[in-house]
Order: sequence, then C-alpha cells, then structure tokens
Amino acid sequence: MKALFQMYLQQFKTTFASMFQYRASLLIWMIGQVLEPLVFLVVWSTVSNGNGGSVGDYTTGAFVSYFLVLMLVNQFTYTWLMWDYEWRIREGILSFALLKPVHPIHSFIADNLMSKAIQLPVLTVIAVALAFTFHAVLSVSLWVVLAFIPVLILAFFVRFLLEWTLAQAAFWTTRVSSLNQLYFLLLLLFSGQIAPLSLLPHSIQIAAKILPLYWTVGFPTELLLGKITPSAALFGIGVQAVWLIITFFLAGAVFKLGTKAYSAVGQ
Amino acid sequence: MNYLRLIGVFFRVNIAGELAYRINFLFSFFESVMGLGFTLAGMAIIFSYTDSLNGWRPEEILALVGVYSLIGGVIRVAILPGMQQLTESVRDGTFDFTLTKPEDAQLIATFSRVAVWKIIDIFLGLVILIIALARMGSVIGGVQAVEFLGMLLTGSVIVYSFFLILATLAFWLVRVENILTIFLSVYHAGRWPLSLYPGWLRYGLIFVIPVAFATTIPVEALTSRLNWVTLLAAFIAAAVLFIVSRAFWKFGLRHYSGASA
Repeated sequence: MKALFQMYLQQFKTTFASMFQYRASLLIWMIGQVLEPLVFLVVWSTVSNGNGGSVGDYTTGAFVSYFLVLMLVNQFTYTWLMWDYEWRIREGILSFALLKPVHPIHSFIADNLMSKAIQLPVLTVIAVALAFTFHAVLSVSLWVVLAFIPVLILAFFVRFLLEWTLAQAAFWTTRVSSLNQLYFLLLLLFSGQIAPLSLLPHSIQIAAKILPLYWTVGFPTELLLGKITPSAALFGIGVQAVWLIITFFLAGAVFKLGTKAYSAVGQ
Repeated sequence: MNYLRLIGVFFRVNIAGELAYRINFLFSFFESVMGLGFTLAGMAIIFSYTDSLNGWRPEEILALVGVYSLIGGVIRVAILPGMQQLTESVRDGTFDFTLTKPEDAQLIATFSRVAVWKIIDIFLGLVILIIALARMGSVIGGVQAVEFLGMLLTGSVIVYSFFLILATLAFWLVRVENILTIFLSVYHAGRWPLSLYPGWLRYGLIFVIPVAFATTIPVEALTSRLNWVTLLAAFIAAAVLFIVSRAFWKFGLRHYSGASA
C-alpha cells in the first residue's frame, strides 16, 4: 500500500513536470476544450433568442449554464487513454510498464488526476467568467450539491474504465484512430454535448439512456442544473453503479486477454 | 513553369509513397464520412427548432459546412504535413539538406510532403457545397461566383501564411510542432457564421487566428452578404500576410544554424 502511494506521488511529480515542459500545448489544448462547448452555447442561445427566449425546457440562461457546467463535467471525467495507450504500445513503452510489479493502470490514473488538478482550476475560472459574460442562470439546492459529488465521482470511474477497456483494442491492432473517432462522435451526441438530451429525437434519447455515455457527462450536468428529480437521481446513481460493475470486470478481462495477444513493438 | 513541374513531381512522389498503404485510404474515407455525418446530424437537430440562425437559412449553413470541409481538406492535404515536416527537420538537423538544394527552400518545405488520402475531405466538401447550391435554388450570378472563388483563394493564402509564420518560429524555438495545432483547435468554430459569436471572439477569429477568412467570408461572398470593403480588405490582408510571412521566413533562415554536427 505504501509502495503504491509512493508510486502515485512520483507519477504526480512526473506529470506535473511534463505539463510545465509543454506549456504551449497545454494552453492550446485548453483553448480547444473551451471552444467546443462555447460554440454550441452560442448556437443554442441564438436559437433560443430567436424563439422567444426558450427552446423546450431550456431558457437562454439555462442553455448558458448547461454548456458551461457540461464543459467542467466533461473535463472532470475526460481521459486520453485511447490515444496514450496506442502510443505507448506503438513506441514500445508499454513493454517496460508490463515488467514492473504494479499494474500499469495506476500510472494512467495518477497521470490523469494530476493533469486535472492543473487544468480544472483554470477552466473553472474561465467558466465563471463566461457565465457572467453570457448571463448564465443557475440556482442549486443543497440536496443537488450533495448528490452531485458522488454522481461525478461515479461518472469519472465509469468513463475511465470504459475508455480503458476500449483502449485495449490497441493490443490487437495499432490502427485504432478510426475506432477512437467513432467513439468520440458517439460521445458527442449521446452525452449531450451537441444539445441537451431532452432536445434530441426520441430514439436517440432512448439509445443514450441504454448506453453508458450519457451517464458519464449528461446526467451529472443535468443534475446540477436541477433538471433531475430526486427519485430520478437515485435511479441514475443505480445505473451508474451497474455500469461501474460491468466496466470494472470488462476492463480486467480485456486487459488479461490483450496482454496475452500482445506482441511487443519497439526495442 | 519550373515551379509547377516541381510541385507535380512532389505530388507524384507522395502518391507513389502512399499507394503502398492503400488500406489507409479506406480508413481515412470512413473517418471523414463519419465526422461529416455527425456534423450534419447536429445541424439537423438545431434546425428542427428553428428556420434560420441569425438570418442564415439551413442551405446557407450547409454551404458553410462544405467550405469548412473543403478548406480543412486543403490544410490537411497540402499545408499542415509540409509545415510539420519542416519543424521536425529543423529540430533534427535534416533541414540542412533542403538548404543545399538549388530550388527555393520555402517551395520545397511547403510541397515536399502531401497527405494524399486526406483529399477525401476536399471531395466531400465539394459534394456538400454542390448540394447546398442546388438547394438554394436561386441562380448564383457570375459576380458572386468570381467573388466566392477569389475569397476561397485569399482564405487559403491567409491560412498558409499563418502556418508559415508559426513554422518559421522553429528557427528560434526549435520545438514548435505543438503550436501548429492552434489553428485546427479553433477551426471548428468556423462551422457556424461569424456573426453568431460575441465581439471579442469574432475579432479573435479574424485578427488573432484567421479562421473567418477561410470559412465565413467565402460563404458570405456566395450568398451576397459581402460588401466591397470586406472583399478588398481580405485581398489586401492576404497579399500583406503572404509578403510578411515570406520576409519572416527569410529572416528566420538567417538564424538557422543547424542542429546536427
């Protein structure tokens, strides 16, 4: 346990150092992360204003807070496992990680947590500034805040394990960019990044609630916005828990199969 | 004439190289179609709640998506690969060999690498554009057509010059390949008309990272929204930026000292 703790500490330091080494790419990456939801925020605000101030159950101010909260939730649950993993396999780096006595997932988790610790405060400041610029409307009750915290943490783990499972595809083929793109486009639609789920066609809404993607981004966002009733929130936490169990076992099983199929690349 | 012949040779060499990886074309095609499909789906969702977006009708936004894909294709096929190659070769010293060649170094750096398979983005962009034009119904006059083509050209020149200036920074900063991605990371804002955005973002997309010239302005020309002032300004901006980027490149060359022994 102590060894694992020290390993995390060291990975934190490494990630911190490498992020400051690549300050420019960090900045450029964050601009992209802000701009994507900002574009949809502007588009939906325009639709809403042209429509007399609301679309469906969202007013213009609600759209603004929806996309800004979504930006932060998405950032909180985001992983770049699917690229990183393929890169580490292609470059032969993963081979060394597999020789070590700790499971390689720990270094990925530590890397992810540290980079979020650096990015989230910056993005939060940007989100607050944008909230004032675009006149966001948001009022949260106490139970929502209390429910939001476990929902967000569950969302993080479900998404991490799901993307970890998908990243294992790189063990079989190093040509995963098409798969990654398909996943991210589905995520864009089903997690509510193009539009809030309630504005999507009915069939997509049903598909979104069956798939795990909505529960990792859209659901926490709608919860904080007060669009979810207490009983629906409880149901959502249940769905998240089920997905956590499924992805937990899937991630372990696929990793085992993958390492068996793995033929090392590189030196 | 000699330049054109040289560019032709570079294209042939790149095509020959890529033909060894034919399956890449299928994957590239699949990714492009998927990306465009989801963009159109998003558009369809938005236009199911409104008839026009700040005065822009669906078919006009469709034309914008077509131009977005077209210019995006030009960047991925002809601009970005060459610039990436340039910054890499400055870092590892192989740029020395480019300098020893008798032709202009900027020409070689720009055209020596072409990502042939991405040409599918250009093709899909044209298809979308033709569909949009057919849906607009009204006949596009000769003046508009010329203005549109002129603005596509100035947009491409501006984007190229912008990339060249960033890549030239490699002579001082050495590691700039990450900076090159700044344009593409904000490029998706160009899928929607510039007039939707608040002032500060609009100015940013015109003066800081010139996305607007490559997307909104050509489509404004096509839909007769463009006034003569903007048209003239775009031409002047393209000419000035091209000359400035060329001068900056020459200035940078003098600072290149070679990375290898």
